[in-house]
Amino acid sequence: MDIFLNYLWAFIVGGLLCVIAQVLIDKTKLTPARILVLYVCAGVLLTGIGVYEYIVSFAGAGATVPLTGFGYTIAKGVREAVNKDGLLGALTGGLGQTAGGIAGALCFGFLVSLVFSSKPKK
Amino acid sequence: MNEKEYSEYVQGRAKKSPILKNCAFAFLFGGLICTIGQALNDLYTYFGFEKEISGTLVSITLIFIACLLTGIGVFDNIAKIAGAGTLVPITGFANAVASQAVDTKSEGYIMGVGAKIFTIAGPVILYATLSGAIYGVIYYIITLIGG
Repeated sequence: MDIFLNYLWAFIVGGLLCVIAQVLIDKTKLTPARILVLYVCAGVLLTGIGVYEYIVSFAGAGATVPLTGFGYTIAKGVREAVNKDGLLGALTGGLGQTAGGIAGALCFGFLVSLVFSSKPKK
Repeated sequence: MNEKEYSEYVQGRAKKSPILKNCAFAFLFGGLICTIGQALNDLYTYFGFEKEISGTLVSITLIFIACLLTGIGVFDNIAKIAGAGTLVPITGFANAVASQAVDTKSEGYIMGVGAKIFTIAGPVILYATLSGAIYGVIYYIITLIGG
């Protein structure tokens, strides 16, 4: 039952985060790139004020998979690094935690470009 | 109802129904991707990976799938229906990177793929790093005052 609830919350929270973005796209003409930047920064802010960790605690991947989760990971990494190394942590903590995702996207993106060519736009 | 009222009515309807439909699809696809992420997370944890490692592996797995689907041209078709449902999860970030890489291949691997792979990823990484650093400085000052 617990597992079922975890999945349900992941679905609902993840879905709602996407709905907010969809409304922003349809109503405000924000481009997808701006939405992504907005979401990452919102994730850092919400983690900074302690809200996002609470959401992650019950929504799991519903909160960590959306781009706000990217901001969450960065803020969390920065906080741990500042605790350990002081002010230097503000610079070293962020990307360290997200390196796997960024490097993954760049490497897989590159490999995909080796194998596939763009299809002519219809 | 005169002609003007009617055209306003039609416009109102025409605008209303897509946004509801878009939101419903965004909710379904976004929710589904996050649920898959949760399932992958449980799977990796089951295989004995630590919590943090599992989280990173989930991101990398979803990114890999999104890049592959972008390459074979399926991702765009899904994204047309799903809208923000595929954009907001980490899959949207991966798609932005991979589609730029594929589309700019003809401009060469250095100034084409190499530079333009960052067209969308660059702003995201920049502002993520910047807001993280600002948070770090504020957090550092708070720990100085508080402790």
